[in-house]
Parts: sequence; C-alpha cells; structure tokens
Amino acid sequence: MAFFLSLAALIPLDNPGHYIHWHFLDLSVANLIVVILMVCTFIAALLLPFPGRSRRKENR
Amino acid sequence: MSISEIDRQWTTRIRRRVEGKLPPEKLLPDTQPVYVSSWIYVFGVATLSALGIVIATGCILAIRGPQWWHGSPYGHFINSLHLWSVEIFFFTMVVHLWGKFAMAAWRGGRALTWMTGVVTFLASIATAFTGYVSQTNFDSQWISTQAKDGINATGAGSIFNVLNTGQMLMWHIVLLPLAAVVLTALHVILVRIKGVVPPFEEVTE
Ligand code: HEM
Repeated sequence: MAFFLSLAALIPLDNPGHYIHWHFLDLSVANLIVVILMVCTFIAALLLPFPGRSRRKENR
Repeated sequence: MSISEIDRQWTTRIRRRVEGKLPPEKLLPDTQPVYVSSWIYVFGVATLSALGIVIATGCILAIRGPQWWHGSPYGHFINSLHLWSVEIFFFTMVVHLWGKFAMAAWRGGRALTWMTGVVTFLASIATAFTGYVSQTNFDSQWISTQAKDGINATGAGSIFNVLNTGQMLMWHIVLLPLAAVVLTALHVILVRIKGVVPPFEEVTE
C-alpha cells in the first residue's frame, strides 16, 4: 500500500489541471494526451503485421 | 391444428426468419476472410471486452454501495477498475469507429450496423455522464451544478434533474446500461448477419 502511495505521489494530481487554449477550443492536456494515444494506436493497428497472417498466406 | 395454422403462428414465423438470416454457422463462425487478419478488426471485440469488465465491476460496486467504494481500499480498487475499464472502453470504441469510418463499413446494406454503433456511442456518453454525477462526492456535486443550467436550457430539466442523485443513479445503473447493452447486442448480431464488409478493391472488380 505504502509503495503504491509513494508511486502515486510521483504524479501531482492535487493541483488545477493544465489547459490548451486555441481559438474557441479549450482542451485539457490530459485529454490531448489521450487523443494523441488514440491516433497512435489507430496508425499502429493499420501498420503492424497481425500474427499468423503470413503463415496463412503460405498455405494458400 | 392444420399445417397452415402452424405456419401462421408467431413462434413459427420468428424461428424461420432467424434460421434463414442467422444460422448457427453465421452466429458463431469458425473462419473469417483473409483481410480480417489485421489489428484494426480487434477493436470491436476489445470494446466488447471492456464493456464486460465495466458491467462486472459496476455490479460489485452496486452490491457494496457508496460508503464501501469511498471508504475501503478494496472499494477504491474496484472503483478504479470501473473507471479505467470505462476509459479503455471509450478509447477502443473510438479507434474502432475511426477504422469503420475509414473502410466505409456501412457499405453493402450495413447502414443499420453503423447506425446502431452511433446510437450505442451516444448512449454510452450519457451513461458516463450520469456516472460522473452518481459518485456521491464533491466532484459529482461540482459537475452536476455545472451541468444543470445547460440541461435546463434544453427544457429536459423538467423530467431529467441532474441535481437529483437518486434519479441520476437510476439512469446510470438501470436505464442507460440496459440501453447500451441491448444496442451492443443488436450491433454485434447485425455484424454476424451481414458478415464482415469486403475491402474496396474486392467489390469494384
Ligand atoms: C459498445 C460499443 C461497440 C461495440 C461493443 C462494438 C462491437 C463491434 C464488433 C465486435 C464488431 C465486429 C468486429 C470488428 O469489425 O471490429 C463491430 C463491427 C462494426 N462496428 Fe462496432 N462496436 C461498437 C461501437 C461502434 C460504433 C460507435 C460504430 C460507428 C459509429 C461502429 C460501427 C461498426 C460497423 C460499421 C461494423 C461492421 C464492420 C463490418 O461489417 O466489417 N461500432 N462492432
């Protein structure tokens, strides 16, 4: 328990969040990170080879 | 009872329709076309799995109640599992919908599959929002007092009062999850009935 508490203390969560203001858009940095992760996951899903795919091609 | 009378029974008619549209080998197929072996096709099932964990952890929270999930380490843990599986649920759902958008997966009579996806997305957002105001802490007080003016401006406030904790909890744990689960079931059944949409080049030849 104490270990996890000290681990959590590494990331200060007890202060106001950070926001990005861009014209009419207000976006928290936390949400921006999630959006960037989703875009990266999407691209990775398209590019990374799916296991077993080449094996099946050989059998054709 | 004559044969034609049996034919007209609603049980007979529904059985025949289901048998025709969704035979067992379509409901639980053993193989898929080659183009399905891509990571992008994993995200529908990833969303489904996350939804399963959301429901399971939500049931545990319901068994023990707010004092437990605010006041005990095990309660905090299940509460966190509930929150983080929701995060994964939305994350994978968005990647899933981007994927389906990019392949125009509504082609070939699959419009209803896409539309059930859209409505599931909306129902899920409503479920998440009522969850935020059902926490029974200062966070939910803050969120509901921020939300009330917007909701009241739409006129919905006369029947949907975000300051009413009991009502919001009922929407969050009964009505909206029921809607989300039924819509998801319809969505997946439609995918099974239609089969996976072929890539563009396969259709245009
Ligand atoms: C609770 C949320 C959802 C769940 C559990 C879910 C689940 C699934 C599953 C398991 C599949 C088949 C496997 C796959 O191709 O990934 C699928 C296909 C599909 N989904 Fe979803 N989905 C959800 C939300 C959405 C949303 C928000 C959209 C779009 C607005 C969408 C559009 C589609 C379409 C068009 C297909 C058919 C793909 C095809 O025929 O190839 N889904 N979904």
